[in-house]
Formats: sequence, C-alpha cells, structure tokens
Amino acid sequence: MHVHQFERFWIGLSLFLIAGFIATVIIGFSAYDLKVIGEHQKVDPQNLNDTPFANPGVRKVERMGQTEYEVYVMALQFLFLPGTGDPITVPADTRITFYVTTPDVLHGLQVVGTNINTMVIPGEVSRFTTIFPEPKTYGILCNEYCGAAHHSMEGLIKVVPKSQFDETTLVQ
Amino acid sequence: MTFIDNYPKAAKVAKANFIVAFVALALGGFFGLIQALHRTDIFRGFVNSVQYYTVLTGHGVLLALVFTTFFIAGLFVWGISRSLDREPENIKFTWSWFWIMLAGTVLASVAILGGFVPGSTIKANVLFTFYPPLQAHPIFYIGAVLLVVGSWMAGADWIWSYRKWREDHPDEKIPLQTYMTLFTMLMWYICTVGVALEVIVLIIPWSFGWVATIDPLLARTLFWYFGHAVVYFWLLPAYFVWYTILPKLSGGRLFSDSMARVVFVIFLILSTPVGYHHQYADPGISVGFKFYAMATTLLLLLPSLITLFTVVASMEHGAKQRGGKGYLAWLGKLPWNEPAFAGCALAGIMFAAGGFSGMVNASMNIDLLVHNTIWIPGHFHLTVGTAVALTFMAITYWLLPQLTGKKLKHKTMALLQPYTWFLGMTLMSNAMHREGLIGIPRRTSEPEYSGFDFQAIFGTLGEMKWQIAIGGTILFISLILFLWVVIGTWWKGERADKPVDDYLPPALSGPEHSPKILDNITLWVILAIALCIIAYSFPLYEMIQDGLFWPGSPPRPV
Repeated sequence: MHVHQFERFWIGLSLFLIAGFIATVIIGFSAYDLKVIGEHQKVDPQNLNDTPFANPGVRKVERMGQTEYEVYVMALQFLFLPGTGDPITVPADTRITFYVTTPDVLHGLQVVGTNINTMVIPGEVSRFTTIFPEPKTYGILCNEYCGAAHHSMEGLIKVVPKSQFDETTLVQ
Repeated sequence: MTFIDNYPKAAKVAKANFIVAFVALALGGFFGLIQALHRTDIFRGFVNSVQYYTVLTGHGVLLALVFTTFFIAGLFVWGISRSLDREPENIKFTWSWFWIMLAGTVLASVAILGGFVPGSTIKANVLFTFYPPLQAHPIFYIGAVLLVVGSWMAGADWIWSYRKWREDHPDEKIPLQTYMTLFTMLMWYICTVGVALEVIVLIIPWSFGWVATIDPLLARTLFWYFGHAVVYFWLLPAYFVWYTILPKLSGGRLFSDSMARVVFVIFLILSTPVGYHHQYADPGISVGFKFYAMATTLLLLLPSLITLFTVVASMEHGAKQRGGKGYLAWLGKLPWNEPAFAGCALAGIMFAAGGFSGMVNASMNIDLLVHNTIWIPGHFHLTVGTAVALTFMAITYWLLPQLTGKKLKHKTMALLQPYTWFLGMTLMSNAMHREGLIGIPRRTSEPEYSGFDFQAIFGTLGEMKWQIAIGGTILFISLILFLWVVIGTWWKGERADKPVDDYLPPALSGPEHSPKILDNITLWVILAIALCIIAYSFPLYEMIQDGLFWPGSPPRPV
C-alpha cells in the first residue's frame, strides 16, 4: 500500500494530537481532581421511604476528624427537594457530598456556572463531592427533558460563610 | 445516457426514497424554525411551551432518523447499482423494504403529531431519545422498529447484489462505493442491535402494559450503544460523497483509494464501543468504562483527520488540473460557482469546526461543563446538521438530473442555497456553543429562570439570542431554496440525454495498491464485535444481574 510521505506525517501528527487530548483528561483527573461520577448505589425508585431520601436535606458528618456535610436531594417532576423554594444552604470552604436520585423520570442537576452536572436516573444514586470556595448563591436547573413543565424546574444553592452557617437547618 | 437509462428500476427506488426524505426535511426544518424563534422568545405564537416538546420530538425524529435514513437508502441504491453495474436482484424485495420503512415512518409520525391534538391519547412527547420511564404511545415504538427493520432489509438487499457480483468477479477488489456501502451497513447492523433490544425486549411490552416496570439505566445504556454509532451512519454516507464524488466535482481524482478503505475499516471497528461518552454524567456506570469509551472516541478522530487530508489533497489535485497554483492560491480555482461542489466543500469546512467542539464533548471531565447544555445541539448542527445535511442537499443537485433525466433548474437559487445554509449555521451554531458554555440548557422551551441569571462570558445574552433566531430563519430560507430547486427540476426540468457529467474517474492511487486484507470483511466484523463485547458485556451484566426489570420504574405517559 502506498502512503504518501505527507500523509504519514499527517497521521503521526493526528496520533500525537489524540494522545495529547487523552493526557489532558488524565492530568485533569489526577492533578486537578476533575472527576466524573461513577457507580455508587442502586435504589428502588418506587420505595425510597427506607432511604435517607425520605427525609432529604443537609446532614453533618464527621469523616476522619473533619466536619463535612452530606446533601440528599430528590429530583421530582418538576422541582428539587430541597432546592426549589427552599434553597440548599451549605457552608463555604467545606467538603460537601451530594446524593441525588428521583422516584419518577430522568432529570439533570446542573449548578449554573460550574462543572457540577449530573444525570439523575430512577434506580441510581448520583454521588459527587465538591467544595464551594466562597459564599455565593448558585442557580440549579434540570437539564434533561422530564415532561411538560420541564422548563420550570429550577432551584438555588446558597453558600454561606462557615461562621454564619445555621446548624439548626440540618436534617437529623 | 445516464443513470435512469441504465438502471431504470434502481432509479425509481432511489427517487421514492428521496421524496420521503425531502418531505421529512421540509416538515422537520419548519419545526426547527419554530424552535429557533420560540426558545429565544422572539416569537412564541406557533405553539405553547408544552407543545414545544412535540415540535422538538418531530424535529429530531423527522430529521435525524427519517430524512437521513431515506436519503442514505436512496444514495446507496444509486451507488450499488452504479458501482456494481447491476439493477436490484429482486425489485419486489427492494420495494418491500421501502414500504416497511415508510409504514414505520407514518406510524411514528402519527404518534408524534398527535401531540398537537388536544385530548389525544396518541402522542409521543418523548424527544428522539425516548428515555423511559417517559412513555409514548406504542405505535411510536412500533414505527421506529419498522423503520429500522426496513433499513436492515435494505442492507441485505445491497449485500445480495454484492454477492451476486462477486460470483462473476471472483478476484476483483470490491468497488469503492460498494465497499463503503457494505461497511456502513455492517456498522449499522452491529449498532442497531442495542436499540432493537431496548425497544423490542424492554419498551414495547412495557408500553402495552404487559410488564409493569422498566430499568431506566439499562434502557438508556442500550440506547446509547446505538446512539453514537448512528451518527456515523449519517456521516459515512457523507464521506462516501466526499471520497467518491467530490474529487470529480473539484475537477480531479481521489488521492488514495486504499486510505478511503482504511478509514471505513476504522469506523466499522470503533463506532459502537464509544456509547458511554453520552453517559459521562450518568450514575451507575464505572469510571473505567467511561474512560475506555473516551479513548476509543478520541481514536475516532484519526479516520476523520485522514479524511480531511485525503479529501483536501483530492481537491487540490482537482484545482491544479484546472490551473491552480501555489500553496493556497489553488483554492480560488475550485468550482465555487457549482452548487454541488460548493455545498460539499462548505459542509466539509463546517465539519472541521464541529470536530473541534466534538473534541471538547469527548473529553470526559471537560464535557461536564457543557453536558446537556445547548453547546451539544450547537455541536451536532455542525456535524449532522451541516456536514451531513448540506452534503446530502448539495449532492442532490448532481444526483437528481441522473435519476430523473432532467437538467437542474433554478441554478442560481441552487448556488445560493449552500452559502445561505453556511451563513445561517455560522450565526446559529456559534451562539449555541457560547450559550452552552455559560450553562444555558438544551431541550427546553423557555430557558429563562426566575431565581437566577446566566452570566455571559463572550458577547451578550441578547446578541446570542438574536444570532440563534436570525440564523435559524436563514437556515429555513435556505431549505425553501433547496425544495424549490428540487421541485422545479422534478416537475419542470428540461429533458436531456446526459443532463450531468456522471463519469467518476479512478483514484490516483487505485484499488490495485490496496492490501487484500482491507477487503476481508469477516475479519473486520469479528474485530468490531469483539470490541463491543469488551466495552459492554460487563456493565450490561451488572445492570441485569439484579433482574431485567429492576430497579423498576412504572410508565409516565407524556
């Protein structure tokens, strides 16, 4: 088979480019902690009563001597619980782990202006961890079509200074 | 003498397929105009914000599934008959797959359009991805199955022709157009297994109420097993045009026949085991398999970059035959005033831009910034919406005279059409990408929220909104130009013995230089299946080991 020398050079360059893209993702993964979500847990979407999702909200946990928070969010046609009406309130500069699921249809949970972006699928729990560096209010929206009022599905995350975080709002 | 005189039966089948394709294009394109105006809040008078999702479903199904499949069928009927020099083996069989595909299209369309009828129980506001547990009327799914089954029969028809040809030509290399058709269809068989299992095993019984629940992640994973390869089912026929016809339209010859074969082999092997790259943001799929899919996805850049080289080299050869000189000055010698050439070339330029945004989507953790934002439709309106659709429209200007025996009418409008499409898409798509970067979601009738605003990074929100609305309108005007030319040519075109120069010259480096192994279809199919098994067997096993219908969701009709 005849391959022109320019063509050989071009193929080499292409492979180099591809390797560069893969390396970029790996470096992001390892050096900057830019991860994607993976497997966590399956749940029965028709029976969430026995799970923490029966009582969604923010919880405090101690992990390796550190105070961290867990947020259980239920996505429903067409609201986030909590999030819609009642903002998800968390302290700044603290590790926050989100657990999200839904009893009805597919949804998305996207924190606007960040790379927090997950599918919410009946039967699966989406888990991801983040640290909001500074106090700020973020919009959240559903970015997967979920039915007639999909476009109205939105909410807020309120990040407050650590010192002003009101622990009485926590879910027990 | 042209195609219609040599192969009248095949010409009739190809024309029938094109008619269905263009009707779908007209209606789907009109829906696109409604969306461009509604989403941007320029005009919300066509439909209300709930019916918007009916429009969106119709736009996706009619354009991405119906227009593409029928056009591809027509194109391949032409290519197989031409390159093998034979009519279909059994014309009744050929018409049977056409009618099955059409019946499926009618059923699915009735279900979708039912969404406009108040109180109708026949509806399918599920978008073209139809993720359960959102549930459409059963005829929507049955229609989709018939469309796919018909396309399988079409593939069998072409394989049949090839085998008959092989009996008379035991030692010849497979003609390039037939080679490309076979590899595209083999990839199609491998990938449609996923959606067929999803629809036939999981969704149809559930939509009739025979089983109570469905596992949404399993259905979604089977969908995406098919859902990325389908884009190559659209793209490879465009490559078929760029490799086998565009060099001639440029005034030259294909640079390398063997490299074209290599490209199709790579697509057959790598197209399917990449589906998880649509599921980077999904729970329930391990990061390791997402990574494997990312690596294969990025490797798929290779055949497209080789295509870029070969197609540009062929165009340069053509331009130099026409007196072009220099490193870049030859570009000016290309026939930019020929609609078929101009459309294919502009489609190729847009595809390069779409390829760059695709590299972003493909890069797992970077994708989270744009996942399910309007960046994604911005990307695929460059790829399927321009690279594929504009190539199909452009090559129609060259094929239609061969299929009808009539000269192209309204040549000025035909020439204007690809340039207006390019302009409209430039406006619309750049704004969609930039809106996506700031988090504006796709698939929504009203991207306005009461609790927060989007912060523009490049440009302003108002300017992006207007670019989408104006771009969408220009695209619709371009579509009308196309339909005007097609209808005019078909009805009022002037008969000519040879309405277009339909001779395709051989490649500069021809099939005689291509290694025999490239024609070893069995080998490549086995390799392709093996890679799919590596990618999918373990995750699918994990999803079904706790029961095919668990975790189970009951239906949510929309």
